[in-house]
Amino acid sequence: MADILKATPVREQDPKVRATNFEEVCYGYNKEEAMDEATRCLNCKNARCIQGCPVAINIPGFIMKVKDGDIEGAYEEIGKSSALPAVCGRVCPQESQCEAKCVRGIKGESVSIGKLERFVADYALENNISPKKAEKTNGHKVAVIGSGPAGLTAAGDLAKAGYEVTVFEALHELGGVLVYGIPEFRLPKDKVVKKEIEKVKELGVKFETNVVIGKSTTIDMLMEEEDFEAVFIGSGAGLPMFMGIPGETANGVFSANEYLTRSNLMKAYDNNYDTPIAAGKKVAVVGGGNVAMDAARTALRLGAEVHIVYRRSEEELPARVEEVHHAKEEGIIFDLLTNPIEILADDKGWVTGMKCIRMELGEADASGRRRPVPIPGSEFVIELDTVIMSLGTSPNPLIASTTKGLEINQRQCVVADDETGQTSKAFVFAGGDAVTGAATVILAMGAGKAGAKGIDEALSQK
Amino acid sequence: MYKIVKAEKLADMIYLMDVKAERVARHCQPGQFVIVKIDEIGERVPLTICDYDREAGTVTIVFQIVGASTERMSRLQEGDSFKDFVGPLGVASEFVTEDLEELKKKKILFVAGGVGAAPVYPQVKWLHEHGVEADVIVGSKTKDMLLLEDEMKAVAGNYYPCTDDGSYGHSGMVTTKIEQLVSEEGKKYDVCVAIGPMIMMKFVCLLTKKLDLPTVVSMNPIMVDGTGMCGACRLHVGDEIKFACVDGPEFDGHLVNFDESMERQTLYKTAEGRAWLKEKEGDTHHGGCGNCGGDE
Repeated sequence: MADILKATPVREQDPKVRATNFEEVCYGYNKEEAMDEATRCLNCKNARCIQGCPVAINIPGFIMKVKDGDIEGAYEEIGKSSALPAVCGRVCPQESQCEAKCVRGIKGESVSIGKLERFVADYALENNISPKKAEKTNGHKVAVIGSGPAGLTAAGDLAKAGYEVTVFEALHELGGVLVYGIPEFRLPKDKVVKKEIEKVKELGVKFETNVVIGKSTTIDMLMEEEDFEAVFIGSGAGLPMFMGIPGETANGVFSANEYLTRSNLMKAYDNNYDTPIAAGKKVAVVGGGNVAMDAARTALRLGAEVHIVYRRSEEELPARVEEVHHAKEEGIIFDLLTNPIEILADDKGWVTGMKCIRMELGEADASGRRRPVPIPGSEFVIELDTVIMSLGTSPNPLIASTTKGLEINQRQCVVADDETGQTSKAFVFAGGDAVTGAATVILAMGAGKAGAKGIDEALSQK
Repeated sequence: MYKIVKAEKLADMIYLMDVKAERVARHCQPGQFVIVKIDEIGERVPLTICDYDREAGTVTIVFQIVGASTERMSRLQEGDSFKDFVGPLGVASEFVTEDLEELKKKKILFVAGGVGAAPVYPQVKWLHEHGVEADVIVGSKTKDMLLLEDEMKAVAGNYYPCTDDGSYGHSGMVTTKIEQLVSEEGKKYDVCVAIGPMIMMKFVCLLTKKLDLPTVVSMNPIMVDGTGMCGACRLHVGDEIKFACVDGPEFDGHLVNFDESMERQTLYKTAEGRAWLKEKEGDTHHGGCGNCGGDE
């Protein structure tokens, strides 16, 4: 190890090459690199990194095993807290969670916890190491709605505790946002997501796709007719928001959800699949979050010149630093302090451009960030053929509107207790984006864990 | 997998299938739709429900070939399966939840165009089973293209077929038949339900607005997930933006912006056509046929 203050570098695909393909950007560590990086961990007694992890993985515990070359042992340690380590090692914002608290990070670079987690999980997937399952079932039936990060975590934890769990998924593929939202180049579907879901299946969890709760059946019917004793709602935040400016129904304006779903879930980027995508030649992505970066980098790979249009400055970009960095490396153009006011279309209804206004930062607003204010008279037009709106999502009302006695708040989110996931309805629990509105994979997993614990407590007292 | 228990060709490019899908069959109502996906590489295709058998657990779909996925679907036989079949989606027709006594006082006119006969049929059938006899106009290009005639006759009050070429029934567009019934024969209707190609629904609505006849239409825009997630199916209804998949598919036809919806429908026309030709002609089709524009 050359410099103990520096993290072991991770190999990545060259930006010029990867801008034209959908292969994964980051190659991850090999065993030697991982064991090298693991020596940097101080194995703190009072490990602050664990407090930074929403699912409280015993981080020094698994890293010490990596250091000793016991990767299987490391996987078992992670498996006690996380059902999806290969996913989390890739998409968690470690820099603001575990790695932000790392004592090594005070003087130098934090231990690359995320990259180590990913290495351990990938090793387990490649070597077919199975997670530990319950010795026998306890005969209690639990339904989980949604097979995204919250649902998979809740299902995994409940199955490990002996419950008979069935997960209901509305789409034709399992994984929720992991398959329809996050692109292949950031989270490979066959290599990582599918295999990690297989591990949850190995725990005994059953899955039923193509079931839209609220339509194909309801929560009340699941409990009354199909004998589920408890239900966990992990249905996510799926409704796309638009700006409400003129021209948003023009041809060539998409929600990031649509653009990404076509490309990721329906594999429109692959010519062998039937679903088309109007990729665009010159694309603006409106918004500055992780989803905006995903949409922008997808459009780039489909051959477009891509602009991120964001009303605040670079400092306020909500996306992870790594994602912004990767986007810039690949050639995404950032039009910051810029806000769209109208989308322009030709006489056939196709997008020709977007009228924007320049912004400047004023006083701090309720979020603590400086409020963007339009500069009068600074309107200008960007010529474009495609606009992707990436302004966030809100929970789908299908479940709330069909479940008796389920309380929701003004933002359409299900009201649930942080610690247990308990909703206003007996034996119904909830967590993830359905409760918080759009957040991160790991926060949803944390909520899935809490919900599983809440359900276990409720049913064992029954 | 969702097994096909009956497959039938109804007319040129139009197919009917009964599919085993118990959850859908148990809960579906007139006005709702399903999304089907033939296999791994297929598109998610939204189709209105044409009929259902709650006991047998089957749902009847009718579809027309419009692209690569529907072309491959047309080749499926009894005993084959769809990989995915999800629903029921969308909101049921309003009359399903109306007070039955009030409903029985209403005179309802259905207007179906082309494949639109398929979604109209379960509505007329539902009303018939609840003691309400509705009049039905069905329009098609020719007699051969007229769908579900025997089925429709069995449940409709008065049945009025129309053909564009005059080969059967009333000669001319469905709109001229509506005018004839209302203006010449003095028939009074409380509500009209029009389902068919957007251009037909647009002209029916222009006419019924003049006749002061409230009209419900069923929109069939481009969709991906069908659960409110992608927003592809958004349309203007009055000043509001609605998602056809979760707010519809039925809307007040006098408030729908048809011109905009028709423009939006063309979004993937070239892509679909190209995929279909590739399917049909394989590598022999490299563009330059004069119609498709070829590869760019």
